[in-house]
Amino acid sequence: MDLISEHRLSEMAPVEKVRFIIDEVMSGKILVLEKGLSPEEEASLIEMTMTLIEPDGFSGIEMESYPSEVDTSFFGKILKKNALKTRLTVIGPADQLKTLKKDRDMISALVSASK
Amino acid sequence: MGVINKFKSNFSKFFTKLFKKQNARIGIYGPPNAGKTTLANRIIRDWTGDAMGSVSHVAHETRRARRREGVTIKADSSSITLDIIDTPGLATKIDFQEFMAQGMDEAESKRRAKEATEGVIESVKWLENLDGVILVMDATEDPFTQVNVTVIGNMEARQLPLLIVSNKVDLPDSSPSTIRDAFPQHPMVSISALEGKNVETLYEEIAKRFG
Repeated sequence: MDLISEHRLSEMAPVEKVRFIIDEVMSGKILVLEKGLSPEEEASLIEMTMTLIEPDGFSGIEMESYPSEVDTSFFGKILKKNALKTRLTVIGPADQLKTLKKDRDMISALVSASK
Repeated sequence: MGVINKFKSNFSKFFTKLFKKQNARIGIYGPPNAGKTTLANRIIRDWTGDAMGSVSHVAHETRRARRREGVTIKADSSSITLDIIDTPGLATKIDFQEFMAQGMDEAESKRRAKEATEGVIESVKWLENLDGVILVMDATEDPFTQVNVTVIGNMEARQLPLLIVSNKVDLPDSSPSTIRDAFPQHPMVSISALEGKNVETLYEEIAKRFG
């Protein structure tokens, strides 16, 4: 399991982030992203995941993020398009990570070492 | 005031004609088996007498987005003409073995799984071409799914209107209040798309939100 800091991801372009996450997850890693992905990046990640699904192989990802929060700060209001605050996100291979329960502020997940 | 309103209305119609304004495109989104196509069929049937597509208890029955243009919905206080897009169920994983568990053979299951992945891609791409979303949630299921979180996040980021439909309230273990508590910042209507329960309220809300 890798814990990815906000700083590490912020240095990447959106397409790089998605590629990085997919590559890591397909190699069997479970990622915990400190600051998560933007909703658009989440959608891109779902889209790319679908292109890589293979019968008897990669069956997709399990992704769990908290609902994003509206940034009510001064700068959040000025930069209206980016006024969402993303939150911690867990991503892993669908056959190794299973979400048991999730609510607004807590994620319970089961991680298995073997596929 | 009547004269001013009439002037405003005529002015609006003039500009609509002048620029051939398109109808608002509203996507019906949600996880597989939430009742999206049942709802699309209900809306289309109620207002055009037609139907949108077939429904099934097997997930990913809708694997291609379907668009119905020019559906006029009349509510008590107003009416609105929409293009309605019924999208395939969004998912982050698709395993052909889930189709086999429903009784399909391996070849058919793999074909369905492949089509389902293409359907998800189509749904994601449509997100960029919409004016609003009706997000259908199964009121008997946990609302905090990644699909719901991602769709809501995308609408909030684009500052587009979103209406949550808490579907399947005809089932005894449905809990619309759980959905309302999960996403209190967005309007929600509880319905049974299958039985038509409370759809009048839904049409009022559609006219209000997307008008």
